[in-house]
Amino acid sequence: MAYEITLLTTMAISVLFALSLNFISGFCGQISLGHAAFYGAGAYTSAMLAKAGAPFLLTLLPAGLVAGAIGLIVGFASLRVRHDFLAITTMGVGFLFIGLVRQQDVLGGELGISAIPSTGLGKIGFMAFAMGLAALFAGFCVYVKRSWMGFVYDSIADNEDVSEIIGIPVSRYKLIAFAIGTAVAGVAGGLYAHHVRFIAPDSFGFVESVTVLAMVIVGGIGSIWGVAFAAAFLSVLPLWFQPIDDFKILLYGALLFAMMRFSPGGLAGLVARLRGVS
Amino acid sequence: MLYLELFIQGIIQGSIYALIALGLTLVYGLLRILHVAHAALFTLGGYLGVLVTNATGSLALAMLVAMVVCGVVGMGLYKFAYEPILGSPPFVPLIASIGLFIASEELFRMIFGPYGLSYAVPPLSGQVALFGTFSLRQAEVLVIVLSFAMIAILGWLSLKTRTGIAWRATVADPEIASSFGIDIQKVRYLNFFIGSALAASAGVLVAVLNNLVEPTMGSVPSYKALAIIVLGGLGSVPGTLAASVALGVIESFGTIYAGNFMDRDAIAFAFLILVLMARPQGLLGKA
Repeated sequence: MAYEITLLTTMAISVLFALSLNFISGFCGQISLGHAAFYGAGAYTSAMLAKAGAPFLLTLLPAGLVAGAIGLIVGFASLRVRHDFLAITTMGVGFLFIGLVRQQDVLGGELGISAIPSTGLGKIGFMAFAMGLAALFAGFCVYVKRSWMGFVYDSIADNEDVSEIIGIPVSRYKLIAFAIGTAVAGVAGGLYAHHVRFIAPDSFGFVESVTVLAMVIVGGIGSIWGVAFAAAFLSVLPLWFQPIDDFKILLYGALLFAMMRFSPGGLAGLVARLRGVS
Repeated sequence: MLYLELFIQGIIQGSIYALIALGLTLVYGLLRILHVAHAALFTLGGYLGVLVTNATGSLALAMLVAMVVCGVVGMGLYKFAYEPILGSPPFVPLIASIGLFIASEELFRMIFGPYGLSYAVPPLSGQVALFGTFSLRQAEVLVIVLSFAMIAILGWLSLKTRTGIAWRATVADPEIASSFGIDIQKVRYLNFFIGSALAASAGVLVAVLNNLVEPTMGSVPSYKALAIIVLGGLGSVPGTLAASVALGVIESFGTIYAGNFMDRDAIAFAFLILVLMARPQGLLGKA
């Protein structure tokens, strides 16, 4: 039973994290290759506060705020550079983040932070809490997608210049997307820190950024259900099949490539295509 | 003296970066693809270099084999991985390429083992005295000389030969070029062959410098090379060369003066972000 609870908690955190990237990349069309940095910023904030004695629930808000603040700064960068340039800039942000964290003794340097205090919610309580947050954010995404804001994001993702011409304040909406997406990633990071109770710079590196991007892409960029499903599935795949753990990275790499090569729309695109045919 | 030493180390690192990044720029200039998997060919080149040298004892032969094999593999990558998705939005080939690259790292680990390989007899390990007490390792001299020579030859080819002119015409405008009878497909294959062969040569040189090849040796150059071609202004060859050397030198000074605040990669990417915020089109890119 304890094992299933761990699985479900891992799933919930991954879904929340992947949906937060989907908000930026899927809704607003800004590809980010450094999303793990915000996850990390949230995880470190939450862990440091918890070590200082703050109760778990109170650490999540600052975690989101810190990550969101950094995200807002990176959002300003997205106003300067676009497309491929932005992808590389966000990748740079990711490397900058772990490069800086590694050298700070306050943050535990290379060794990270261990013995993060328990949440006090109990295992089942924590799982329910994580699942609740993931469901809440999924609901929020569906709401945004159907609202006027969702149409604005569709337009921006499709063509920024034309959106600007028809009177959409593109810069403001991009900044909002970055702020929301990164703040939620920070909250997910806070959950992660309290779930595994040990964090180190390597947990938030480029591989993690690519992994979460893989969840978004495999699910179908922009599709809320597709991304949630892919995140849940891909996050527990290596846990379910212990032998696969060795090939986990190979599998991720091959999946990413195969998905792009044969179905750039991801699972959601695949489903839509099958429906169209039958 | 310390400054000079740091500067030369920066130039050596910069030459390696240049060899890797040139192939990426060539691919980007022609196809608008960020070819991350390029660094897999760098790693493959390193492995072939060590394996062939250990088998035959000739570093020159190893270099040749590595360049030709990787060139052909590069053409295969284009044919089977990129050609079918050329019309997609830019993130599609980028993600596909990242997928290919991380899968290839795992493949290297499975095939050649996780601990890496070394030369049975490390080639060119002697010292060359230059002036005063200042000396370089033979391998370091080889890196500088060979990369300058290869870049010079490439420059000459693209400026003076018919193939080079056809290549530049295709980069400038594929449609007009093909209406003048240039075989675009051939140019693309050639492009991948040359770019991949250059990356392989860098792999062999790094293997000589460090006397070690390992499955993950491509990861840092892969991301750095992306930073470099963006820094230089995507698709600009002179920009790429300038950015390679600049990054090499800045890293070499940065690790001494900012090393206890951020690590080497962070310095490189901090520089990249600063430059892009000031000049979003890169150092020598067109606005």
